[in-house]
Amino acid sequence: MNDNAIRILVPAGMLGGGFPPETIERGLVRGADVIAIDGGSTDSGPFYLGAATPKTTRAQVEWDLRILLKAAADARIPLIVGSCGTGGTDAGVDWIAGITEEILAAEGLALTVAAIYSEQKASALVEHLAAGAIHPLPPHGDLEATTLESCTRIVGMMGHEPIEAALRGGAQVVLAGRATDTAVAAAYPLMRDMPAGPTWHAAKIVECGGQCTTDPRAGGVLATIDSDGFTIEPLDPAASCTPASVAAHMLYETADPFRMREPAGTIDVTGATYRAVDERTVRVEGSAFDPAPQHTIKLEGARISGYETMSFTAIRDPHILANIEEWAALLRQVLGEWVTRTLYLEPDAYALDIRLYGHNAVLGEHDPATGPAREVAVMLLVHASDQATATAIATVANPLMLHLPTADMAYLPSTAFPFSPAETERGPAYEFVLNHVVDVEGPTDLFRTEYRKAVADA
Amino acid sequence: MPETLGDLALEVRSKNAGPFWTTMELFMRDEVGYAAAADEDFLNEEVIARLYGTPAEQVRIFRIPALNVVKISFPRPVPQGGFRDRDVHSGQHHVPLALLIPPAAGARRSGDAD
Repeated sequence: MNDNAIRILVPAGMLGGGFPPETIERGLVRGADVIAIDGGSTDSGPFYLGAATPKTTRAQVEWDLRILLKAAADARIPLIVGSCGTGGTDAGVDWIAGITEEILAAEGLALTVAAIYSEQKASALVEHLAAGAIHPLPPHGDLEATTLESCTRIVGMMGHEPIEAALRGGAQVVLAGRATDTAVAAAYPLMRDMPAGPTWHAAKIVECGGQCTTDPRAGGVLATIDSDGFTIEPLDPAASCTPASVAAHMLYETADPFRMREPAGTIDVTGATYRAVDERTVRVEGSAFDPAPQHTIKLEGARISGYETMSFTAIRDPHILANIEEWAALLRQVLGEWVTRTLYLEPDAYALDIRLYGHNAVLGEHDPATGPAREVAVMLLVHASDQATATAIATVANPLMLHLPTADMAYLPSTAFPFSPAETERGPAYEFVLNHVVDVEGPTDLFRTEYRKAVADA
Repeated sequence: MPETLGDLALEVRSKNAGPFWTTMELFMRDEVGYAAAADEDFLNEEVIARLYGTPAEQVRIFRIPALNVVKISFPRPVPQGGFRDRDVHSGQHHVPLALLIPPAAGARRSGDAD
C-alpha cells in the first residue's frame, strides 16, 4: 500500500448509533491508520448540553466502544472520539472515560487514554468579553456578560490541535469534549503531514459515516488521504460512493456548502472535483484550506429558560374541527381570564403555546394546506418560572380543554384525553443562547488534557 | 394538476445547520427541473421570505448546476429546541417550498434582459 497516504476509518455518524461489526473488520483489512467517530452534536436540542446528559444509553455506547477499543488495540492504531456524551461537557467526557476504563479492564487491553475537557467557566469568558475578544456569528448580535453567566453549561469547540497534542503525548485513545465534527477525523492525518485542503474536506465528507454513500444505513466509510487529494469508499461491499452522493454530503446541515469555518481557518471546496474511480469509489481533488489570521473557538451555551408542563387532548367532533382556530383562540382567551382570576397571575408571568397537531402545529401560519382535518391533537405547553406555577396553569386549563364549546354550540362537548393525569411535567426547559467565537492566542488554550496511562502488560 | 417543485425533484429536504439556521435542498430530477428551480424570477430571496416569514436580506440561495441542486439557508425564527420551536430538527420545513408551482416550461421567459 502507498505509504504516503493516511486511511481514516469512520464506522458511523455517532458513537452509540450502532454499526455492523464487519465495517470495522473490513476497514482494518483495508489498512486503516486511525478510527475516528463523533460522539455528539447540538442537533437534538439544548437539553443535552444544558443538563450535561447524553442522548445515547450506556448499553448502546458500551457495545460500540468495546468493538472499537478491541480493534484499535489489535491493529495498534489510535481511536479518537469527539464531543463525548452528546454535548461534549466535562461530565460527558467522564462518562465515556468511565465506560472505556471498564472495557479496557474487562478485555485486558493496555491502552493510554487522554481525556480532553472543553467546558468553559463563564467568569473566564466574561474577561475575554471585556477584552473585546468575543464576537457574534450571524444572525446574533453582541453578547452580554449576563448571558454568559446565565448558562448552566458552556463548551468551546476544539479544532484538531488539542487532539493532535494528545496523540503526540502518547494517547492511543483520545476522548475529546466538544470538538468540530471534522477535527475528530482531521487530527491524525494532519499530524502525519497530510495536506490541509484534502484532509479537512475528507473529514467533512466522512463525519456522518455512511451518509455520503448510496445507502446511509449500510455502515462506515474509509477515506484515504494523500498529497494530491483523497479517495472515499463505503465499507459495505453492497454500498457505493458516487460523485453525486459525495458532493451532496457537503450540503448536509451546512448553511454554506462551499466554505466552512474551523478554528484554524476555512475549508473551501469551491474548486473541488469529484470523479468516479470505479462503481463504488470516488476521487476528490482541488480542495483548499485557507488559514485564518486569527484562531477562534466557537462557544456553545445553554441555560434554563423556565419550567414547562404539557397537557394534551384530541378532538374528533367535525363541528369543532371546522372551527378549530376559533376554538383555540377562545381556549387561550378564557384560560387567560381563569388564570388571572384563580392564580392571580398576569399574562406576562407565564407563556402558553397551543399547538393544533393535525391542523397546522408544525408549520403554523406558513402551512400551505386548507380545509378541516379528520382529527386534531391539542397540545397545551405552559412555560413559567417554576414548575408548580406551570402545572397549576395547565391544571386550570383542564376543564376548558375537556369541555370548551365553540361560540355557536348549544351543548358542552367532551374531548378525548389520552392520559390520566392529563398534565405531564417536562421539568426545566433549556435554550441555546450562544452563537459567538472567542479569539485565542494558542489553539489549545481553552482545553485541558488528562492522561490515564496504560498499565504495562500483565 | 400543475407540477410542483416536489414533483420535479428526486428529494426535497430540510434540516438544521446548527441551532440558529435552517437549510433546505431541492435535489432536482434533471436539467429541466433544475432550470425551473434555479429560475431567479420564480424562486428568489423575497419568495423565501414570504414563504417562511424570514427577512429576505438574511436568506442565502446556492444554485449548483453540477448537482441539479438549489440550496436555501436562513436564520431560524425560533432557536432550536426553545419554547415555541415545533420542529427541533427543522425536518419538516421543506414542505411549503416543495409545493411551489413553477410557471410551465413554455411560459417561462428565457429571453429576459440580462
